[in-house]
Amino acid sequence: MEFAQSLRLILPEEILSIGGLVLLLAAAWLGDKASRAISIASVALLVAAAAVTVPTLSGGAMGPDTQAFLGQFRADAFAAYAKLLIYVSGAAALMIAPRFFEQFRAMRAEYPVLLVFAVLGTGIMVSAGDLMTLYIGLEMNSLAAYVLASFLRVDNRSAEAGLKYFVLGALASGILLYGMSLTYGFTGTTSFAGIHAALTGQLSTGALFGVILVLAGLAFKISAVPFHMWTPDVYEGAPTPVTMFFSTAPKVAAIALTMRVALEAFGNQADAWRQVVVFAALASIVVGALGAIGQSNIKRLLAYSSINNVGFILVGLATATQAGASAMLVYLAIYVMMSIGSFVAVLMLRDAESNQIESIASMAGLSRTRPLLGWCLLVMMLSLAGIPPLFGFWGKLVVFRAAVDADMIALATLAIVGSVISAYYYLMVCKTMFFDEPADQVKGASDWAHWALLLIATLFNSPLGYLLTGWFDNLAGKASAALFLAA
Amino acid sequence: MIQVLAFYLFATLAILSAVLVIMSRNPVHSVLWLILAFFNAAGLMVLAGAEFIAMLLVIVYVGAVAVLFLFVVMMLDIDFAELRAGFVRNFPLGMLIALVLLAELVFGIGAWRAGSIDLAPAGATEAAPMAASNIAAIGQVLYGKYLFLFESAGIILLVAMVGAIVLTHRDRKDTRPQNISKQNRRRPQDATVNMRPEIGEGVQL
Amino acid sequence: MHPILIIVFAPLAAAIIGGLGNKALGSTVVKSITTGALFLSCALSWPIFLGFLGESYTPTVVPVLQWVQSGSLSFDWALRVDTLTAVMLVVITTVSALVHLYSWGYMDEDPDQPRFFAYLSLFTFAMLMLVTADNLVQMFFGWEGVGLASYLLIGFWFRKPSANKAAIKAFVVNRVGDLGFMLGIFGTYLVFGTVSIPEILAAAPGMAGSTIGFLGYRVDTMDVLCILLFIGAMGKSAQLGLHTWLPDAMEGPTPVSALIHAATMVTAGVFMVCRLSPMFETAPIALMFVTFIGAATCLFAATVGTTQWDIKRVIAYSTCSQLGYMFFAAGVGAYNAAMFHLFTHAFFKALLFLGAGSVIHAMHHEQDMRYYGGLRKRIPLTFWAMMAGTLAITGVGIYEVGGFAGYHSKDAILEVSWARGTEISHFAFWLGAFAALLTSFYSWRLIFLTFFGKPRWAESEHIQHAVHDAHGHADSEHDNPPAQEDAGHDVAHHVPHSDHGDGTAGYHPHESPLTMLIPLGVLSLGAVFAGYLFNPQFLNSEGFWKGAIFFNENLMHAMHAVPLWVKLTATVVMLIGFGIAWLGYIRDTGMPERAARQLGPVYSFLFNKWYFDELYHFLFVRPAFWLGRKFWKVGDQGIIDRFGPDGAARVVALGSVGNTRVQSGYLTTYALWMLVGVVGAITWVLF
Repeated sequence: MEFAQSLRLILPEEILSIGGLVLLLAAAWLGDKASRAISIASVALLVAAAAVTVPTLSGGAMGPDTQAFLGQFRADAFAAYAKLLIYVSGAAALMIAPRFFEQFRAMRAEYPVLLVFAVLGTGIMVSAGDLMTLYIGLEMNSLAAYVLASFLRVDNRSAEAGLKYFVLGALASGILLYGMSLTYGFTGTTSFAGIHAALTGQLSTGALFGVILVLAGLAFKISAVPFHMWTPDVYEGAPTPVTMFFSTAPKVAAIALTMRVALEAFGNQADAWRQVVVFAALASIVVGALGAIGQSNIKRLLAYSSINNVGFILVGLATATQAGASAMLVYLAIYVMMSIGSFVAVLMLRDAESNQIESIASMAGLSRTRPLLGWCLLVMMLSLAGIPPLFGFWGKLVVFRAAVDADMIALATLAIVGSVISAYYYLMVCKTMFFDEPADQVKGASDWAHWALLLIATLFNSPLGYLLTGWFDNLAGKASAALFLAA
Repeated sequence: MIQVLAFYLFATLAILSAVLVIMSRNPVHSVLWLILAFFNAAGLMVLAGAEFIAMLLVIVYVGAVAVLFLFVVMMLDIDFAELRAGFVRNFPLGMLIALVLLAELVFGIGAWRAGSIDLAPAGATEAAPMAASNIAAIGQVLYGKYLFLFESAGIILLVAMVGAIVLTHRDRKDTRPQNISKQNRRRPQDATVNMRPEIGEGVQL
Repeated sequence: MHPILIIVFAPLAAAIIGGLGNKALGSTVVKSITTGALFLSCALSWPIFLGFLGESYTPTVVPVLQWVQSGSLSFDWALRVDTLTAVMLVVITTVSALVHLYSWGYMDEDPDQPRFFAYLSLFTFAMLMLVTADNLVQMFFGWEGVGLASYLLIGFWFRKPSANKAAIKAFVVNRVGDLGFMLGIFGTYLVFGTVSIPEILAAAPGMAGSTIGFLGYRVDTMDVLCILLFIGAMGKSAQLGLHTWLPDAMEGPTPVSALIHAATMVTAGVFMVCRLSPMFETAPIALMFVTFIGAATCLFAATVGTTQWDIKRVIAYSTCSQLGYMFFAAGVGAYNAAMFHLFTHAFFKALLFLGAGSVIHAMHHEQDMRYYGGLRKRIPLTFWAMMAGTLAITGVGIYEVGGFAGYHSKDAILEVSWARGTEISHFAFWLGAFAALLTSFYSWRLIFLTFFGKPRWAESEHIQHAVHDAHGHADSEHDNPPAQEDAGHDVAHHVPHSDHGDGTAGYHPHESPLTMLIPLGVLSLGAVFAGYLFNPQFLNSEGFWKGAIFFNENLMHAMHAVPLWVKLTATVVMLIGFGIAWLGYIRDTGMPERAARQLGPVYSFLFNKWYFDELYHFLFVRPAFWLGRKFWKVGDQGIIDRFGPDGAARVVALGSVGNTRVQSGYLTTYALWMLVGVVGAITWVLF
């Protein structure tokens, strides 16, 4: 293992960390006036990082050549797939932010910098090949996230969101660390490959504790039930661009990380954790669906929607097969685009004084007052509900197919029932927008960046998305192959 | 023998003081108990042969963190009675959960100890003894094998610092901070002006 | 590109363009496109038919697409062109093209013409799919396609409740037959392992005599399959028992009746039996059943036809009766005779319907023959066309010389059923002969009531309506399409409340426009010459059929050798029928009423169509409604809704409330739940 080789493999992380530091200096010298320029520079950083990541994915990199720092860090196709999704989410969160914060006169140069570091942390998470790397990445992302959640200091809800996230996140970190120390104690190593080798045959009770606690700690990050309770409060309170970021990048990272830990490190013990994952999947689907019903705040509704979607993704994990992993990756990509689209659309709901509108009742009759926005939101909602002509259906389909192929028909059936329940509230939103008397509250123009992102997301989720299925299957297949190399 | 006695002493005290941290009514007492817990942990570290970490615990956690806690607790005007109400409400369920977890842990570890499930030996986690001193060994590991993680941890600290500043710093208009560079840039001719006022006219500043 | 592809797909393309273009294209464009497509199909069909006539054309199969590939079930979408198909092709495309043309005039004032023409073309496509089918599934596709088009066209005036009812009735009654057809297809696949028609027919003789378990009994395989398939044919061809929809289907516009309910769709059953004739030949009991049903329908419909007053219903029952002839011809093994009658019948029955349409058009949508009379002079061209049709259907001809179309085909059927020499075929012969007498009677009755005697339309509400309310039917209780408000004649004869004492009430019927007269003329030619011209090929030439149907050479020879009295029977009964009609409706016009009074119960039995509708209403409709209501109130609302959707919704609502309770907003609660989760997971995994 050459040191130079390692440095070459972490090129995206180098770009982001060095670039982030430079931008931090720039922010310190230039002040908040330069925040727009720094945002643009941050997007450029993400683009650069993405550009050097693409070959890893398209080349389907895997195996010993992708291991940096004695296996602590993996730059394989799986990590690259997740990173590209993360970079897209991060760029979107950067692009929509200035317009949002400027209305509160709260745009500050630290926002893009913190976001870059959060993205860096998530990138380290998905590349983790060692429990320590995992924890470092997780904490880097979390600390940036806590700050971002309460970035809008003038808003009490934002401060509360940050605090709640911080305290519960600390608790989750504690659980995770406890699990990691148990795992280390019972296997004698922190590297995933070592754990994989050590955990064969009958699992000792102590190691079982470790496995479950580690997964529980990660479940907090992906907001799987019963570790989901922070999600609605934080999503509602955090500034909308940050909420969009939370629902995409850290979630992608945490799910990818969970896949790595569960399928790679604990891959030999799938029977031990499968029932827990099955429970979490079904509980997430049901609680996500039930919780969303009766919400009057669109951001809160989307928070439950993300819990619900995580449930479907975990269905793929429960199969513990490569097909399941591939299905999860496809679902993740679609989910990211759906989240970006929904939150951008929410961001574009402003009243005449350009205050944000978050209540669903105010969206009544949107299809008549703002037809394009209404139709875009309709596509998002129906896609989230998984209604066939739209691309969201494909994600659900591949996950269910993986479950059925793995002979988990009961799980797939229950998940489908859950998706029917969740369709209810998506359709409620559509009904409000299309059939209720116009409340005529949504006014005000939107940034071109918002429109561009919204239209891209809408096109992606429209039936045109099916043109991409072959491409996605190919990429997700390469990525999941990298994950199953050890097994 | 002495070692074993010392271990049980430190361990028992550490656990007891940790319990008292959450049980004591006065937050200042809690912090003090916390300091005691840190000391005992440092003692355990010394027993394990990790003198450097023991010192770090005392200096960083006791000397800096715990003292900072004390200041915060004493300066903040928090209604502890109210906090306690929440604690009391959830206390029975919390205790129950803690007990279940404890029982399961004891069961799990105990079963492993009893050898019913024969897996990794107890000494598997023991690091190979190093010739170098504690500090040199840590330095070698941090700047060699774990360089990436160490540098990343540095970034975490930076993020935390930036975050703390972002959330608390604000430009206050009602204070008059000292600006040293501005003071240094100031020349006599900027600060003083010669005037020759007419009698009975006064000076226009 | 094989011309059959154009023949089949031109109507579909026209239907799609017309149906989707609809109002955007305007009615003239749509009418031109659909009619043009049909004439194109027609022009391409005749060469194929003539090729077969000249025995220069060989049967082919033109592949279109691979269709279904599922396990052992595999078949393609292919168009089969053989003699049988060619016969149907010319019938369908010719009649359809003429009906399209005719509709230009007949539907002139209807606001929904594009829709009408699109439906007509769609129907034609489905019918062509049916007759070109190379496998049973494709045939079933066409079968259901024509059913759909029939439903749409019967209910074309959907604002009229009776039209809706008739459309639904036609659909539902056909479903009963379709169930039989489907079971037949399933059974055939089960037995033969394929749905390809040639393969089935090749394998059928080997299956003769085998048995199969059906409804708990051991029965002959081929008999049960053929009877099931024939039940499908009964539904589509309105045979006794499943015939009730056909008279009601007259609620549709008259061109539809001519195309679908006379010339083409209703003959699909006959076509299907002929197509599968080698299969039916292995099933003697099924053939007896076919013969019996055919003969019984033939008589039944003819008796009912003698008492009806509605001009279209008379022709509808006549159709039903003629279809009976075709079926018993098939039942006795003379499939070629059945096809021949189908062929000639298509021309003269379409002619009669279109002629009736012309009369109705002239009489301002009055359809009751009691309000006609003396129309011979008013609409002479229509009269002569109707005469040609009537001469054809009654089978006027001179022995050894030749005659109108029906003379050749119907007489052949009667002769062949005698020649067959079995009990059931003799039974069919006598029933058929009696039905021929009735056919002659009701056909001439129609002519005499409509065209002879004195005008009687002063009493007609339709006519009064037209005369009094000359400008616009503002009151929309008149649901027919805005009828003839030919401004010229209305203004000229706008003399309210003046009875001219001649039974006309001042209304003067007028001849139909050229677009309606040309089809009448062309079809008249068919009615007059079709029998004479094609007689030798259809009846005697194995070389013409080329194995497309089961051709019984011996039976054809026997047919020519029947006694002279058999050959003359049809002509004699025709003359008797004509005589009775002349007596009752020209000589002594009071006689029919006296006879009806004397025969009392018999007359009302016939007039009420043997009480089939009432019987079905009592036997099926009422219990079905009762059962449906029970399922609805008890099963659906009481059980499924209560525990299904409603119950689930209640559970979901409760769950939502419960979740809101748990989601308290307190950090401690959240932390507690996380720990509960951890401990719960460990406990669960541990034990």
